[in-house]
Amino acid sequence: MTTAAALAPPSAPPPAAPSVRPAEDGAPLVDAAGLSRPRRPRVPLPRPLRRLAGPLILVALWQLAGNLGAIDSRVLATPGQVLSAGWELARTGELASNLLASLARVAQGLVIGVSLGVLLAVLAGLFRLGEDLVDSTLQVLRSLPVLGLLPLVIIWFGVGEEPKVALVVFATVFPVYLNTYAGIRGVDSRLVESARVLGLSRVGLIRHVVLPGAVPGFLVGLRFALTSSWLVIIIAEQLNATSGIGYLMNQAQAWYRTDIIVLGLLIYGLLGLGADAVVRLLERRLLRWRRGFDGN
Amino acid sequence: MTTATETTTTATASIARAVEPDTAGVAAEPAAAAGLADTAVLARDLRRSFADREVLGGLDLRIRRGEFLALLGRSGSGKSTLLRAMAGLDPDFTGQLLVPQRRSVVFQDPRLQPWKRVLDNVVLGLPGSRSENRAQGLAALTEVGLAQHAQAWPVTLSGGEAQRAALARALVREPELLLLDEPFGALDALTRIRMHGLLRELCRRHRPAVLLVTHDVDEAVLLADRVVVLTEGRLGPAHEVRLPAERPRSHPEFAALRAALLAALGVLAESGSEVEAS
Ligand SMILES: Nc1ncnc2c1ncn2[C@@H]1O[C@H](COP(=O)(O)OP(=O)(O)OP(=O)(O)O)[C@@H](O)[C@H]1O
Ligand SMILES: [Mg+2]
Repeated sequence: MTTAAALAPPSAPPPAAPSVRPAEDGAPLVDAAGLSRPRRPRVPLPRPLRRLAGPLILVALWQLAGNLGAIDSRVLATPGQVLSAGWELARTGELASNLLASLARVAQGLVIGVSLGVLLAVLAGLFRLGEDLVDSTLQVLRSLPVLGLLPLVIIWFGVGEEPKVALVVFATVFPVYLNTYAGIRGVDSRLVESARVLGLSRVGLIRHVVLPGAVPGFLVGLRFALTSSWLVIIIAEQLNATSGIGYLMNQAQAWYRTDIIVLGLLIYGLLGLGADAVVRLLERRLLRWRRGFDGN
Repeated sequence: MTTATETTTTATASIARAVEPDTAGVAAEPAAAAGLADTAVLARDLRRSFADREVLGGLDLRIRRGEFLALLGRSGSGKSTLLRAMAGLDPDFTGQLLVPQRRSVVFQDPRLQPWKRVLDNVVLGLPGSRSENRAQGLAALTEVGLAQHAQAWPVTLSGGEAQRAALARALVREPELLLLDEPFGALDALTRIRMHGLLRELCRRHRPAVLLVTHDVDEAVLLADRVVVLTEGRLGPAHEVRLPAERPRSHPEFAALRAALLAALGVLAESGSEVEAS
C-alpha cells in the first residue's frame, strides 16, 4: 500500500505524511515527493478568497453585534452605518475634496522627501566629502522624533499646507536616504571592478553598476517612507487642518460620529494598501532581473 | 641611454600605455620601437607587497603579440596579483609594466551585471553606436553559442553559459591582450573540455596575446604556446609547448612536459596520481 502511494502519478493527492517504506536492511526510505510537496488540505477556493474570509467573518460578527444592540453607535458604528456615512459624504463631495487634500499633501511631501533622500544618498555614497558632510549630519537629525517637530514646524510655516508637507518630507527623507546609501555602499566591488576593466568611465560606472545595484535598497526605503508618510499626515491633519481625512475625523469626534471616524480609518488603511501595491508594482518592474523571467 | 621603456619607470604611468610603435614616446626611439614591435606585455622588476609580505618580488616577463602564455602557480603564489596589475586594477605595484591599450579580463566568476540582459552585458562600455555594438555583441554571443540567450537575464544562465557570456564580453572588445584568471575553475569537467575547444578556436581566430592563469597543468599544456611557473614571487624558466595543434595526450612530449611542470610546482607525478614532494 505504501508502495502504491509512493509510485502514484504526481496528479494523485499527496499522502498525508511522507510514506515510510521499510527497507530490506538498514534505515527506512522516505518518499522524496512528500517532503517538498505542500501537505495542506485542498480547499476548493482560491487563496485570496480564503484569506478574505477571516476579515469578512469579523465584519459580519461586528454588524451582528450592532444589530442586536450590543454596541452603542456612539462607541462604535456598525459596518453598515460606516458605509452609509461614506455614501453620504461621497454624495455631498466632502469625501472627495478631503481625500484629495490628504493625497496632495502626501504626494508633495513624498516627491520632495524621496528626491532629497536619493540625492543625499548619492552624494554620501559616491563622494568622500559627501560622506563626511552628509552622513554624520543625517545620522544626528534622524534621531529627532518627527512628530516632536510639529510645534516648531507650525511656528515656521503657520497653519497652511506647508507644515504638513514639511512633516512628510522629514518623515520620508531618512528611510530613503539610509536604505539607498546602504544599497550604494553594498554594491559588489567585484562587479565594479569588472565594469572598470570594460573601460567604463566614472559616470558610466555610476549609471550602469552603482545605481542599479542600489535599487533594491531604495525600494526598501520607499516602502518605509510610504508607511511613515501616512502616519505623519494622520496626526498632522488631526491637530491643525481645515481639510483632509484627518480633519474630517477630528470634526466627527466633536459630534460622536463614530461612523465617520471608522470611515476615516478605513480610508487610511486602503491608502496604505494602495501605496504598498504601488511599491510592489515598482519592484516587479525594477527587479525583474532578480527573478530572471518577464512574466508575472 | 634613454630608451622608451625607461621613460615610463613609474608603474602607474606605464599602465594603459599602448606599446604601439607609433605611440609618440616610443616612436621617438627607433631602436626601442623595433624591440617592442612584437611585444604585447613587458614587465621588468615587477614588485608588489601586501603589508610587508612581498608577493611579487622582481618579476620579469615578456609576452609576444598573439602568444598564448599559461601561468601556473600554487594557490597564493601571486598569479591573480600579477594579472590584476596587467589589467590595470592595481595602482600599487612598483617596477615597469607595459601593456596594450585594449585589454580584456575574464575572472573565475563571470561577474555579469545581474540587472543587465546578457547582450547588454556583452556590449557594456563599448564605444561605438548602439546598433553597431549590438550587432557586434550578437556576433560574439553567436561565436560562443549563446545567441539564443542574448535577451536572458544573467541569473537564468548556467555556470558554463555565464562564463561563455563573460568570454564573449571579453572578445567583443577585440583585445590585444586577453587576461584569463582561472576562467574554467568553477566548471565541471565536461563543460571545461568544451570551453577549452571554444577558447582555442576563438584565439586562433582573433589572435590576441593571452595570459591564462590556471591551477591545472593539463589545461596549460592543452592550450598554451608557452608555460611559466610562478614561485616565490618570480617566474621560473619558460616551458615551450612543442606539440601538434590538437595536443594529443598520448604524445610522449605531453607526458614529459606535464611531469616537468608538476616538478616545477613541487609535485611529483607518480603513475597518474600526484604526490606532494618534500
Ligand atoms: N588585497 C589584498 N590584501 C592583502 N593581501 C592580499 C591581497 N590580495 C592578495 N593578497 C595576498 O597575496 C597573495 C597572492 O594572492 P593571489 O590572489 O595573487 O594568489 P593566487 O596565486 O591567485 O592564488 P589562487 O590560485 O588561490 O587564486 C596571497 O597570499 C594573498 O593573501
Ligand atoms: Mg587567484
